[in-house]
Amino acid sequence: MTTSEDKTPARGQAVVRAEAGEHPLLEIVDIRHGMFGPSGTGDTSGYGGLVTTVVLPGPSERPYGGWFDEVVDVLAEVMDEDGPGFAQAVEYVVVDRGELTLHVAAEHLVTVCQALRDDPDLRFELSLGVSGVHYPADEHRELHAVYHLVSVTHGRQLRLEVAVDDADRHIPSTTSVYPTNDWHERETFDFFGIVFDGHPGLSRIHMPDDWAGHPQRKDYPLNGIPVEFKGATVPPPDERRAYR
Amino acid sequence: MSTQTPPTGTPHSTGALHDDDLAGVPVFDSVGDDWSDIAAEAARLGEERIVVNMGPQHPSTHGVLRLMLEIDGETVTEARAGIGYLHTGIEKTMEYRTWAQGVTLCTRMDYLAPLFQEGAYCLAVEKLLGVTDDVPERASVVRVLVMELNRISSHLVFLGTGGNEMGATTVMMLGFQAREDVLEILEMITGLRMNHGYIRPGGVSQDVPPDTTAFVRKKMKSVRGYLRGLEDLVLANPIVHLRMKETGYLSTAACMALGLTGPLLRATGLPYDVRKTEPYCGYETYDFDIPTATEADNYARMIVRLEEIYQSIRIVEQTCDRLDATTGAPVMVADKKIAWPAQISVAGDGQGQSPAHVKQILGTSMEALIHHFKLVTEGFRVPPGQVWQSIEHARGTMGVHLVSDGGTHPYRAHFRDPSFNNLQATSVMCEGGQVADVVVSIASIDPVLGGVDR
Repeated sequence: MTTSEDKTPARGQAVVRAEAGEHPLLEIVDIRHGMFGPSGTGDTSGYGGLVTTVVLPGPSERPYGGWFDEVVDVLAEVMDEDGPGFAQAVEYVVVDRGELTLHVAAEHLVTVCQALRDDPDLRFELSLGVSGVHYPADEHRELHAVYHLVSVTHGRQLRLEVAVDDADRHIPSTTSVYPTNDWHERETFDFFGIVFDGHPGLSRIHMPDDWAGHPQRKDYPLNGIPVEFKGATVPPPDERRAYR
Repeated sequence: MSTQTPPTGTPHSTGALHDDDLAGVPVFDSVGDDWSDIAAEAARLGEERIVVNMGPQHPSTHGVLRLMLEIDGETVTEARAGIGYLHTGIEKTMEYRTWAQGVTLCTRMDYLAPLFQEGAYCLAVEKLLGVTDDVPERASVVRVLVMELNRISSHLVFLGTGGNEMGATTVMMLGFQAREDVLEILEMITGLRMNHGYIRPGGVSQDVPPDTTAFVRKKMKSVRGYLRGLEDLVLANPIVHLRMKETGYLSTAACMALGLTGPLLRATGLPYDVRKTEPYCGYETYDFDIPTATEADNYARMIVRLEEIYQSIRIVEQTCDRLDATTGAPVMVADKKIAWPAQISVAGDGQGQSPAHVKQILGTSMEALIHHFKLVTEGFRVPPGQVWQSIEHARGTMGVHLVSDGGTHPYRAHFRDPSFNNLQATSVMCEGGQVADVVVSIASIDPVLGGVDR
C-alpha cells in the first residue's frame, strides 16, 4: 500500500482535501439544495437556501485494524508479484463501520478476484453477489458495482467496489472466477445498465427483454400515479413534498 | 367417433375429431419474429427434441417460476429458469420511503420468511446508525425467537409442499397444520400471520404479550407431535426414497462456485452457517448445532431441513427462558431520536394505540407531540456510508447492502435473496436427469418467487 497522495489525481474531482478532521480525503457524491423533496414545490420553510454536501467515508490510513492489514498486505504481495501491481489494481482502501472495502480499478477486477479466491492466505471462495449504486454527482465515476466476498476458510467478509464512467460503462465480468455472479451481473445490468464484458449471456433478468431504461438508476423516475381520495389528489411519492 | 359433436357442426371438446369435422373451422398458426426459422430448424434436425415450457403458472414451481426444459424422451437435456414475473420494484420503492417504512416493504419480498428480511434490514440500519450495541438484550431475544419460529414455519412449508408435489397430500396437510401452530404464535406476538413489520430499526415494534412463553412452549410440544407424524410418513416411505435419493446431486465445489448456501450447502457436509461464523442478535450465546449430511442429494436436503427444525425448537425454548428472566425490560433503543414513539396496546377491536402515550402527547406535553409528529412524518437521519449485513435465512445466506446519503430515506437498498441465487443451480441439478426429477430438485432448492423477483 502506497501513501494516499499517489492516488489523489487518479480519483479526479470526487476527492477533496479537508482542512481538518478524521478523514484526510473525502468523497463527495452529491450536493443538495433545500431541505425538502422535489424542488419547485413552494418551500416556504426558510430552508430553501440550505446547501448540504453529501460525503461518503473516504480512504482510510493504516493501520486498518484487525485482519484487514493482513489481507491487504497479502493482496499487495500477490498483485506486485504476478499482477499489475497493487497501486494500479487497488485505488484506495476504506475501513468504515468495521467493514473493509477495496476500491478496485475496473480493468484489474478479474485479477484481484482471482488472487482473492486462490491465494491460500486470502481464500475468499464464496461470492455473495453483485449490487450496483448510481451516484449521478460523482463525476466520471457515476456507476459503482459492489461485490461482496466471503472467506469460509478464514471467516472473513470484504467488499470490492468498482466505479465506472456512465459514458463508458464497461466492467469485465467476474463469472470466470465466481460463476455465481452470473445472475447477479445480469441483475446489475438490468437495473443500472452496467455492461459486464465477457459475461456468457448478459440479458435482462427481472424486467422484460424489450424494456427501455434501467430502473434503479437515479435518473429513472419512480413512475407513480396520483391517487384521488375523497376529492383530494395525492401526488406519487417521488413528486410529494418530503424530507430528504 | 364424432358421436358427441353437437348438431351445429362446431367441434366439441369431449369428442375426438376427424378431418372432415374441421371443415370451415379457423386454423391458427404461430408466425412472426423468428418462429418460422425455429420451426424450419426443428424440421431439419428431425430430432425427438421437445421444448417444454413449465410455468410460469404451474403448481409445482412454487409460484411464478418459468422452467424451459429441452427434453429428449424422458431425459432433460437442457434446463433453464426464467424469472422476473413477480418483480415489483421493492428496492426502488424503498428509496422513496423512510428508513422505518422500509421494514414494511422488505417484509413482502420472501413472503414465507418475512421476519428474516426485517431482521437483516434492521441490523443493517443499526450498523449504519452505529447503535448495534445499544439494542436492548430483550429485543435481540425476541428477534431470535421470531426468526427461529419463522425458520420452522418456512421449513414446514418446504416439507408440506414437497410432499404434495410427489403426490402425498397427507404430508402437506400435516405440514400446514404444524405451520398453523407456529403462525398462531407469530400472530400473537406481531398481530399478523405474514408480512409482520414487527422488527424495527432499534428493536421490535412492541413487547411480547404477557403469556407468550407459556403459549410458545405449548405450541412447540404440538409441533414436535406433528413432526413425528411427518417423519413416520416420510422417512421410511419407499416412494420418497426412490424419488429423492440420488437425484439432484450438488457437490461442495458446485455449491461454492454457484454461491449456494443454507441447507443445500450443509447437505454436502460443510457446516457453514452465518449464525456461527458471523453471529448477530447474540446467536453465539445460544446452544445449538448445525445439522449436516454428506449425500448431497434431494433426500439429504430434506433431512437437513428436518433436523434444522429441531435445532430451531431448541433455540426457541432457550429464548423462552430468557424472556421469562427479562420481563419488563425495554425492547427498543433508549435514543428517542430513533425509537418509535408509542407502544401499541391492542384494544378489544383488535386495533389501538397506547392510551398512556396518547394522553401524554395530547394532554400534557406539546414537545412530545412535536417529537412524535417529526419522527413519524420525517423519520430519522442516518449518517452517510454503506454497510453489508448477512444473516442465515431459512434458505441460505441473505445479505442486505444499504447505502445512506445522510438523509431520511435509503439511498440504495439491495437484498441478496438466497432463493434468487440458489435458482441458478437449476440446470446443474436437472440436466441429464429425468423429467420427474425436475419437480423434486426444484422443490429441494425451496425457492420463493417473491424473494427471487423482489
